[in-house]
Order: sequence, then C-alpha cells, then structure tokens
Amino acid sequence: MTELSERQQLSYIASQAADARLNVELETEGMTLNIGPQHPATHGTLRIIARLDGEQVVWAEPSAGYMHRGYEKLTEVRTFPQVTTLINRIDWLGSFANEVPFILAAEKLMEIEAPPRAQVIRTILFELSRIANVSLFLGDLGVQMGATTPAFLAFRDREYVLNLIESATGGRFHPNFDRIGGLKDDLPKGWINETTAVVKRLIGFCDENEDLLFGNEIFQSRMRGIGVIPAHVAEEYGLSGANLRASGVDYDLRRDNPVGLAWDKADWKVWTHPDGDSWARCWIRLQETRESCKIVLQLLEQIPAGPIMTKVPRIIKVPEGEAYVSTENPLGEMGYYVVSKGDLGPFRVKIRSASFNNISITPWVLKGVYVPDIITILASLYFILGDIDR
Amino acid sequence: MGLVDKGRMPAPLTKLFNISRSYSMWVYQWGLACCAIEMGAAFASPRYDVMRLGVIPLPASPRQADFVCVSGTVTDKMAPAVKRLWEQMPEPKYAISMGSCANCGGPYWDSYSVTKGVDQIIPVDVYVPGCPPRPEALLEGIVLLQQRIKNEDMQAKWKGDEFTTLQAKRQAERGELHAGDPTGQSTHDISTDPQPIPERDRPEPIVVGGGPIE
Repeated sequence: MTELSERQQLSYIASQAADARLNVELETEGMTLNIGPQHPATHGTLRIIARLDGEQVVWAEPSAGYMHRGYEKLTEVRTFPQVTTLINRIDWLGSFANEVPFILAAEKLMEIEAPPRAQVIRTILFELSRIANVSLFLGDLGVQMGATTPAFLAFRDREYVLNLIESATGGRFHPNFDRIGGLKDDLPKGWINETTAVVKRLIGFCDENEDLLFGNEIFQSRMRGIGVIPAHVAEEYGLSGANLRASGVDYDLRRDNPVGLAWDKADWKVWTHPDGDSWARCWIRLQETRESCKIVLQLLEQIPAGPIMTKVPRIIKVPEGEAYVSTENPLGEMGYYVVSKGDLGPFRVKIRSASFNNISITPWVLKGVYVPDIITILASLYFILGDIDR
Repeated sequence: MGLVDKGRMPAPLTKLFNISRSYSMWVYQWGLACCAIEMGAAFASPRYDVMRLGVIPLPASPRQADFVCVSGTVTDKMAPAVKRLWEQMPEPKYAISMGSCANCGGPYWDSYSVTKGVDQIIPVDVYVPGCPPRPEALLEGIVLLQQRIKNEDMQAKWKGDEFTTLQAKRQAERGELHAGDPTGQSTHDISTDPQPIPERDRPEPIVVGGGPIE
C-alpha cells in the first residue's frame, strides 16, 4: 500500500468513523406499543402496554383502572336492597347473574331461603343472562378478526333475549329483580311459551355461528395453537370459568357448588377442552351457550307452583356475621364476601370478580406472541371492564 | 369557503349546507361502560340501524368525526383522554352525552373516582337520560341534534372556539367589551388589564324527553 498523505489518512479515518456511526444507527431498537385505553378491540377501556421487538411482544402489561367506579366503597353507604342496583352494573352484559351471589350471601346471613319457585325462576333468568352475555361475545369475536357479519347476527338474536328479560323484570339491561327472600314479581302470562320459542331460536344461532365462524379457515388459523395456557398455569393465576375449562380443568361451580339454585334439576354437561388455546376458549363458550339453552328448556317445564317470596321484614336488617357466596357467572367465578354489623347496610363487601383474575394472566400469555395475536388472545380471554376495575 | 369565513353566506346556501351536514354525520363512538352496549345496539344492530338516519358510525379517528357520543361513566382517570379527544375533533363539532353517568354521575354520584358529568370537561349539545337509555332514546337524541343543525347559523358554529376567542381578543384591544367602571372611581387603566374572554354563546342543550337533567 502506497503511503497516504496526511489528508488521505484523515479522510480514511473519517470514513471509518462514518461507517461505525452507520452501524450504530442500523441497530434495531425496541418499540413500545400502547393499545387503548379506547380501542375497538379491548371491550371497553383497558390499556395494554406492550414492548415490541420487531413483530414480537417482549413484555406486556395491562393498565386497568380507567373504569374504576368504587363499588366496594359505595356499598358501605347503601342499604342491602339498594346494593343490587349498583352491582347490576359490574358485568353489564349479564346483569342478573351479578345480583344472585350477593342476595344469596345476604340470605345466608339472615338464615332464610327463597321458595322453590323463586329459585327455579332465578336459575332461568341467570342462564338467560348468560346467553345474552355469551352471544355478544360470539358476535364480537368476528369483529376482532375483521368480519362484521357475526356481530349483526349476534345483535339480531340478542335482542330477543333482552326482550324476554325486559318482559319478566322490567329492565332491558339492569333488571334489579332479585330480592332478599325471593323475587320482585312473578312471571308474566305467556312468558314460558315465548321463552321456549326464543331459546330454540338461540340454539339455531349457535349452529349458524359454528358454521359461519368456527368453520372458517381464517378464523381457525388465527385461533388454533395461539395463546396456549397449560392447566397448571391457569390454576396458578386463578383463572375461572370457560378460560379454566378450556385448559382441561373440570371445574364448574354450577355443578360443584349449587348454592341453593336449581341447576341440579336439569341434565346438562360441563365441557372441557384439552388444548388451552384461543380456539378452545371460544369453542367452550359456544358449547356453554348450548348447554344454557338446554338448562332453560328443561327448567321451564318444571317450575313449581307456590309463592315467590318468603316472609321477610319490611325493613331489612341483616344480622351480624360474615358470608362468602360465589357462583359461576358468565365470565367465571364471581363471589361476594359480605360483612354485616347488624345495620341496614353492609359493613364491607369484597367483590371477587372473574375478569380481574382472568386479565392477570396477560403478561404471561402475551410474552412472545405476534402483534396481531394480541387482539385475538384478548378477545378469547373475554373480559368486561366493569368486571375488572369495579 | 371564502364566504363562510367572512360570515356572508346567503340564506338559501346556508339551508342547503345545513341539510347536507345533518344527513352525513360521522359519529365517533366513545363507549365507556354499560351504555356502550346499548350504543352498539343502536349503531350496529339490524333492529335499530342508525345508518338510515344518515349517521355513519365508523370513522377511524376523532379527526374525521362530526360528533362524539360519550356513553358511559367518565372516571377521573379517563377524563384527560376525553378532553384530548374533543380537542382533536375538527369544527364544527357536537357532543351527545348518553346515559346518567355521562350526564351527571348517575348511580355513582357519591363515588370518589367518577367525574360527575362529562359536561365538566366538554360542552354537551344533547343529553340522553336513562341508565342505560334504550337505543330508541339515543336515536331520538340524534334526530333532535339533526333538527338543531338544520336551523343553525353557520357562521357562528363553523368558526368555532378559536375564532370566538380571537374575536374577543380583538374587541378587547379595541376596548369594545368593557363598559368601564360606572362610578368612575377606578384608578388603573382598564385597556391594558387582561380581560376575561367571554364564553362562547352556546345554545341551550337539548334533553331527550324534555325533563330536567337528573
């Protein structure tokens, strides 16, 4: 190599330095993706903060609290009958199911029991609210993947269920129908025949949805093998409901702990799935809607005669004590730990809602997935923001 | 839109513009809580079908929207996001407050974490009471908003808040806004004193059903 002049040497060094700088600039960096708080795919106002490396999620965390309305504090300044008005609105898609465990806890403290007729009607309304809840989930599932037709179908058939709930309770969305010791009113005339027709229609909706959505190749390829949660992880994170059963754990509070409701009078099946992926979670919910329809159809034929309300004092004072009652709500296990000091209202109510535990697994399950799969995994976990933040 | 900027729109043209505007409204859905499902039923279900009213419920961002439908509980954590959304929308813009929570706090009137009414943050044109309101009530609110838009003076609405602020500033510079101290006892010079900018003259909000907002 011939000797370089000083000027040439300097330019050589400068070019080397420029190359070094360029290499630094080409190094890839992580990126923080912020989904929410208002995003069509988050079922409300959940915010997911995801750290990405290219298309893969390195680290993700949910940021809850955008819908925190302070239920547990508000129940301390309400009387027992007033509390049901509030807790209707926790899981707003299946409102009646929210009231039942609280009322059962209060009844447990007062040592009374609703008459058999009220219990069967409670179970029917409970399952109807589950159908209303999960049918919207099945419709929304398509929207997450860019298909709008299932949502239209779901809203079409869900209206019939809401009409049933409205004609029985007076409330389309928030019935506020359950009372300590029974129910507010008896069923209206002709309701049973109408319900039979609507529930049969809903079974048709499930079949249609299975053909249209679950049989779709795109849907399957985006769901199968994505977001797998093994059984032991699901148990450790405290998942419940269909998310737990999709991981192969055979646990359903309706069968295992039927707290004074009439599920044992019907013949139905608890579905489980061994896979634990997004597909399994959606499929379990579809099967559960069918089972709910079966339960309703069977219970409609065996509503016993009799009163719908036991004798309770006009002003309800719940005696001192503590009680915890949980039921299998549409989203999972929902329980109320009620502490009473003998007053008109509860001293303290701790609400164990299903979605809060279900969403706690997101940092684990989102690790290593691709960005489009975040949406489908969140959709299949199925949470409601009122149920998370309370 | 030179004529609009100068505020010299001929009346027939205003009429035409208002009719066009009222039947091509893009709504941004700010669904927060239970009311979001009823809003979804009104906007996306075949039974209620809002598109027959000339409302398109699917803009990708608030920058494309003509009005926003705030439905559900606005919490203190969410309030800055609602405010930012409103500021991102282009003029002329309208707001519908759906449900008791967005109107005044609703069942959470004594909660520590709930904003008692979205009208503390953004100006509301139509209140839809109910907990949650039926989809028909929301549709009536939209129809009432359309009627208002049809009879609107475009000049005032089109130019929006920024324009009004600018006008007020100019008037303040010219000294038109201050009547001065009637007693004449004031010692300091009023014209250099920062003057409060008058609030924009908004029409009274509409309440679906006609009752008080409670």
